[in-house]
Amino acid sequence: MSGTWINLIFDIIICLSLLMGTFFLISGSIGILRFPDVYTRLHAATKSSTLGVAGIMIGAFLFLYVEHDIVSGKLLLGILFVLLTAPVSGHMISRAAYRSGVPLWENSVKDEYAEVLKEEQKRQAPDQ
Amino acid sequence: MDEILDVTQMLIQLSAIVSIIAVAISIILLLYRATIGPTNPDRAVALDIIGINLMALAGLIAILLVTTKFNDVVLLIGILLFIGTVGLAKFLEKGVIIERDLD
Repeated sequence: MSGTWINLIFDIIICLSLLMGTFFLISGSIGILRFPDVYTRLHAATKSSTLGVAGIMIGAFLFLYVEHDIVSGKLLLGILFVLLTAPVSGHMISRAAYRSGVPLWENSVKDEYAEVLKEEQKRQAPDQ
Repeated sequence: MDEILDVTQMLIQLSAIVSIIAVAISIILLLYRATIGPTNPDRAVALDIIGINLMALAGLIAILLVTTKFNDVVLLIGILLFIGTVGLAKFLEKGVIIERDLD
């Protein structure tokens, strides 16, 4: 009797995590569509996609484990992989965009990387 | 009790179908940014997030057709996506992907 109630609770948790992951994925894509700049689009892209994939993978893992007794660690490994690689790829894309001359949004307030780049060039110039 | 469990099974199937439709809509929204996008880094970001949505779609299909054969696909898409994004970023930054300064 108690096992069936636990199954019911797990079913509700699976539904909620699937819907939460889908909400984060679609809000991330709306953010990519509507933000004005590459550097602000990356904020919407990496964080929300990490959360969305985590929700859907946790839902799939719990479904396969509770209903069918299949333990598949590859889904959890997928969460770990996205968690590790999404910030790295976002950082690399934003640095490449800045160095290849993509302008900031015209209402941006602060640009600290320009000063760092200027100091770096000043430091490298006397050597050559 | 069995009737309640049948209802919740139906609920899981229904939420999986709703999630598949929503993820497909989000891929269509991202394809707009990947084709129209004003600069090349915009296209790179959109392609990256399209790949992550494909990972989620593989997980949802694995729920719908109860199998474990899609779990390899999830890892494969993740690894290829990371390598592709790093290569695109290096190409956009310098114009070279593999540097040779041996000589």
